[in-house]
Amino acid sequence: MIRPKLEFLSRETVDRAIDEAYELLWDPGVRVHYDEALALLADAGATVDMESRVAQIPRSLAEKAVDTAPSSFHLYDFEGNPKVHYGGDDVHFDPGSAAIEIADYNANQSRVPVTADCENYVRLAETLPQIDAVATSIVCGDVPQEMADWYRLYLLLLYARKPIVTGTFAIESFAIMHELLVAVAGSAEALAEKPRAVFDVCPSPPLLWSDITCANLIDAARTGVPAELVSMPLTGATGPATVIGSAVQHAAECLSGITIHQLAQPGSPIVWGGSPASFDMRTGTTPMGAMATMMLDCSYAQIGKHIKPGGLPTHAYLGMADTKIVDAQTGLETASGAILGALAGVNMMSGPGMMDFESCFSLEKLVIDAEIVGMAKRLVRGVDDTADPLALDVMREVGHAGNFLKSKHTRRHFRREDYIPTEVIDRDFRQTWFDKGALDINARAHRKVQELIASYELLPLDQDLVTELESIAARHAKAAGLDKLPQRTVR
Amino acid sequence: MSEELFNQMAQAVIDGDDEEAAALAQQALDQGMSPLEAINLGFTPGMDTVGELYSTGEYFLPDLILGGEAMKAALAVLEPALKSAGQARQVLGKVVLGTVKGDIHEIGKSLVGSMLAANGFEVFDVGIDVESEEFVAKVRQHDADILALSALLTTTMLHQRTVIEHLSEAGLRDRVKVMVGGSPVTQGWADDIGADGFAEDAANAVVVAKKMMGA
Repeated sequence: MIRPKLEFLSRETVDRAIDEAYELLWDPGVRVHYDEALALLADAGATVDMESRVAQIPRSLAEKAVDTAPSSFHLYDFEGNPKVHYGGDDVHFDPGSAAIEIADYNANQSRVPVTADCENYVRLAETLPQIDAVATSIVCGDVPQEMADWYRLYLLLLYARKPIVTGTFAIESFAIMHELLVAVAGSAEALAEKPRAVFDVCPSPPLLWSDITCANLIDAARTGVPAELVSMPLTGATGPATVIGSAVQHAAECLSGITIHQLAQPGSPIVWGGSPASFDMRTGTTPMGAMATMMLDCSYAQIGKHIKPGGLPTHAYLGMADTKIVDAQTGLETASGAILGALAGVNMMSGPGMMDFESCFSLEKLVIDAEIVGMAKRLVRGVDDTADPLALDVMREVGHAGNFLKSKHTRRHFRREDYIPTEVIDRDFRQTWFDKGALDINARAHRKVQELIASYELLPLDQDLVTELESIAARHAKAAGLDKLPQRTVR
Repeated sequence: MSEELFNQMAQAVIDGDDEEAAALAQQALDQGMSPLEAINLGFTPGMDTVGELYSTGEYFLPDLILGGEAMKAALAVLEPALKSAGQARQVLGKVVLGTVKGDIHEIGKSLVGSMLAANGFEVFDVGIDVESEEFVAKVRQHDADILALSALLTTTMLHQRTVIEHLSEAGLRDRVKVMVGGSPVTQGWADDIGADGFAEDAANAVVVAKKMMGA
């Protein structure tokens, strides 16, 4: 049985890209705005200029780091079951992260989200079986900016069973978020053994590391919480204009991140991820739905899979759209990305629900995207040709009577042979569709959103744990200048 | 004891297992159980469950049809005994169903048959490429309440009109409701040929048939 697979680069091109990326680590090197990271690099043999903050990393040092980084790891759900396998060609999806706006279906416009929106989002994402992990997708506007990053994780931990994809906006936040995760896991050791969350860490293109990202990277390594590199060259703007050129830059940024990370703690899990874009030369925007964006994602994922024997776990921001409302373009861009990424074997794709260049989240889009994800996952399961004979038996059984619906062979196979969508995807006869209100996909999705949110079942959290999470949150909120946490609407 | 057998009967229909259903029907007769009881308390509740699972989206067409096949297999065993006991099972109505002359399309018609059977109708499927005279004879033979005519082609759907004309000539038109279906068929066509009902798909065929029976 063949797993359908898409590769954009020849093996030779992959090797050349990797060679050039290692060369970039030495000349021009990477600029690192964090003393501890520079010290780690210098101690290990990199040439560091403290004036310019540029570290020149010898290939052997970076190769050693790649060598100690694991090829695979799991993320675990609330009950401690391994739910997401980062590694090989396994494919998973989580909603896009960190929207500062939410699409308001009834108002037909977007607005700043609040706590209740985040609660609705988690409840919805939890009920969609196609979505493998939840993400800290909604940045709540009803809390101070200083606490907006960890507050999202706090809400997710109260409502989500699924593994979590998250990240910080500040150095200090990692410790708070780790404290919240440890509270749920029971201990720091338990969390490291069965990580519930992965932390996105974003280098700044080209070849720059800010203090926040370096600190997060080192903290993640030392606590054993997986880190996910999110390198994001913009073709022709903050990276080379060519797809392959930006893939080389992406590789160099990832390699430098892995080096810092593995120097802090060899063997700690880290993901070869990213969120690059094909810069739009008319408008100056960063279209996630552009074809070259998706080709760049798939290309760097292919490089990550060949960076060492067994490869590294991969991630990409795919399955997103640039539209401001949910329309045909939204579906076009989301489905293209999800399908291409699935064929490329990207382990985690962050995107469902997200539009407007990663800035606006739509619950309706999340529900539609779950169907796209279901179809993409079906696609990569390939054509099952394991039956022997392939068809002789059933064809002879049914003969010319012509009704395979009556055959037990049909009943045995039909559920698995195709992805069966919900009523969000219209497959009704015309009159039935008309009788149901002649709804377009947006309206059908909106109806489904309400239905699914209502069907969400609260997490059976121990009351002591809830109290502990609330007190951790209240303490850090006070430090951020907020005396009382926003009222939770779902309890 | 009976309770357990009833549950097994229902489960055989839910599983779409025709062999098991026939075996259980035979077992019931061997034990001296009344065939009517086996139908009403065993197999029919299974068919009801299949219908519910279909309407809630958990079951699909193959499940529905194999459930119907299992029901049919059980009835084939039980009905002779039912007749000799002078009993009849309660049904919503009797439906003669087939694809009209010149048309060999099977699937749509069979789906409608399964859906009707799953919803309490007794269905006499007379097959495909059926002559008008044959439809009339079957309506008379089974004292049918409804005649359901399928056609997939614009050329063959003309025969739906012919069947209705034959019914009138035979003096049966007032005794049976006629419903028509098939992809070229519309409400306008149904009105034009004097049919009593039209349904676009199998699920709606049930709605139309129930309305015809005043149920």
